[in-house]
Amino acid sequence: MIEIRGLHKYFGELHVLKGIDLDVHNGEVLSVIGASGSGKSTLLYCINGLEPIQQGRIEVDGTDVHARGTDLNALRQKLGMVFQQWNSFPHLTALENVALAPRIVRGLPRAEAREVAERQLRHVGLGDKLDVYPKALSGGQQQRLAIARALAMEPRYMLFDEATSALDPELVGEVLDTMRLLAEEGMTMICVTHEMGFARDVSDRVAFFHQGVIEEIGPPAEIFGAPASEHLRKFLAKIR
Amino acid sequence: MEPAISFFSGFRAADLWFMAEAAWRTLLISGVSIVIGSLLGILFGWMLHEGRLLASLTLAPLLDVFRSVPLIIQLVLFYNFAPIAGLSLDPFASGAVVLTLYCASLVANVARGGIAAVGQPMRRAARSLGMTYWQDMRHVVLPIGGRAVFPSWVGVALGVMKDSALVSVLGYVELLKASQILITRTQEPFMILTLAGAFYFALSYPISRYSARLEARWAQ
Amino acid sequence: MFDYNFHWRPVIKSLPELLEAGLVTLQVAALSMVIGIVIGLGLALARLHLRGPLRWLATAWVEIARNTPALFQLFFFGFGMGAWGIHLSPFLIVLAGLSFNNAGYLAENFRGGFQAVPETQLRAARSLGMTVWQAYTRIVIPQVFRIVYYPLTNQMVWAVLMSSLGMLVGFRELSGETQFFASRTYRIFEYFAVTAIIYYVIVKIILGASRLAAWRLFRY
Repeated sequence: MIEIRGLHKYFGELHVLKGIDLDVHNGEVLSVIGASGSGKSTLLYCINGLEPIQQGRIEVDGTDVHARGTDLNALRQKLGMVFQQWNSFPHLTALENVALAPRIVRGLPRAEAREVAERQLRHVGLGDKLDVYPKALSGGQQQRLAIARALAMEPRYMLFDEATSALDPELVGEVLDTMRLLAEEGMTMICVTHEMGFARDVSDRVAFFHQGVIEEIGPPAEIFGAPASEHLRKFLAKIR
Repeated sequence: MEPAISFFSGFRAADLWFMAEAAWRTLLISGVSIVIGSLLGILFGWMLHEGRLLASLTLAPLLDVFRSVPLIIQLVLFYNFAPIAGLSLDPFASGAVVLTLYCASLVANVARGGIAAVGQPMRRAARSLGMTYWQDMRHVVLPIGGRAVFPSWVGVALGVMKDSALVSVLGYVELLKASQILITRTQEPFMILTLAGAFYFALSYPISRYSARLEARWAQ
Repeated sequence: MFDYNFHWRPVIKSLPELLEAGLVTLQVAALSMVIGIVIGLGLALARLHLRGPLRWLATAWVEIARNTPALFQLFFFGFGMGAWGIHLSPFLIVLAGLSFNNAGYLAENFRGGFQAVPETQLRAARSLGMTVWQAYTRIVIPQVFRIVYYPLTNQMVWAVLMSSLGMLVGFRELSGETQFFASRTYRIFEYFAVTAIIYYVIVKIILGASRLAAWRLFRY
């Protein structure tokens, strides 16, 4: 379980997150929506410790992420992350991309890491691309590769940072399908997304970010069917 | 009592003059070689670009030799070859000839790159306006291509200036040779080398910085 | 003209020694490259990520290496260090001089390479739980290595050419050995002509090997 209490985050003078309280339960899929610059992505970076925080606390399975002495590298193995820019490692084949971290971070023997990688690549539908370099993959395939790479660490949580925003429209579907598959398998997921269809159909809860606070949170039916806040109504109207 | 500069023992005021003269000789031989070598290099570069097959079979491998054999070997070879061929050249002349050819071989590549940097479409556009070949060269290729490779040319020129130190092997007393002579006599290696190094640095650093600034400005 | 009688026999007779000296040249150049790469990486990272005296030191190293003659740098390790009572062997003078020079030039290449690898690559690696060390050695540096591969090859060629300066500080690499034989037999031209050919071949072998290795290394 991920527990966030009274989280404040500044970039210099800029107050990006202004007091976030949020629990994400095991097996839950939470979608985070809101305008660009509302602090959604920053929240993900704070959860896995890629960005320091100035106030409040974040606990992952009871471990305080930002406490002095927390082993962030160990913690990050629990938190798979998929970025907007897929960031495949260009000098490694698809298989090596996925097998590297299990081998050097988890310490698996080479053969076993390879097995894990193969399994995860098949899982996301790239079983026929094992020895291909990222250059030869489409954006959608590279994003699925990034998902497989995160899954190979056998994380308990997956954080998606606008995983489909940088893709050509015709490639969005295959990535969303992969995310949907993970959700069905019971993965705990936080998805920052602009795909309202995905947020509505797949998530258990949807959080609406506005200017650094969670303005509204609830089941998708409520958020999309009966938005209470004025800002959310405006946001949804603009999207449609 | 000798009129010695007080802060270091064996080094006299006359030695400073000796070094200044040697520095002048460094400037002289590099200046001559860079100017003639660059003109020659531009000619070679143009030949490489226009000559296509013929040039790439003859001129290109020849120029490549100058870049694949240590300059010091080239100097010794030429200096010892000249009398065999019946020429009597002093160290300055021998050094200048070799440095010039060396410079030309490096500039040739730069110049060819500069001409190639001006794309075919632009050149066709120039010709379609009724410019002659030479007008196109003068008004289109020179300003555009020249600008593209000017920083590279500065790098080559500074390289030749620094490499001119090797002419000392022929007995030409340029700055480093003079330093060596003085060190042997005065036993003040650190002071003298620092002076010599500072001279090269003071020449090379500002020019390379200025050229990098120009490159950045032109890149915008 | 050409009433000179060429005598090639003594050169042919000492060819085995010359080739062996060529191997010494290759070794000292390769070793200076290894040292230069390690230090150059450090200098580049210091200039990118540090503040204060270490960054200042790195900048000074790079600028001195690039803006003074290689021969000056060799002389500095040769007799400049004498000021502190340090006297290096000819081999160490050449090795230190070449390594110093290589590190300075390579640092600038590495700096450009590091800037060319997107920062998001580091983020992605860290998000997988890699340590900073792992992320750099497994993800960032291999990509930098590809970007600087051709400059690296060129620097290796330079190192071979520069090592000929060993002749001026009494190191018996290819040029030093050649000078030794030449001065014993007075067949200066013949000896240096053959040595020029050996250098040419060494350079071509390096370029060929580099191209072959690139073809094997960079499948992506």
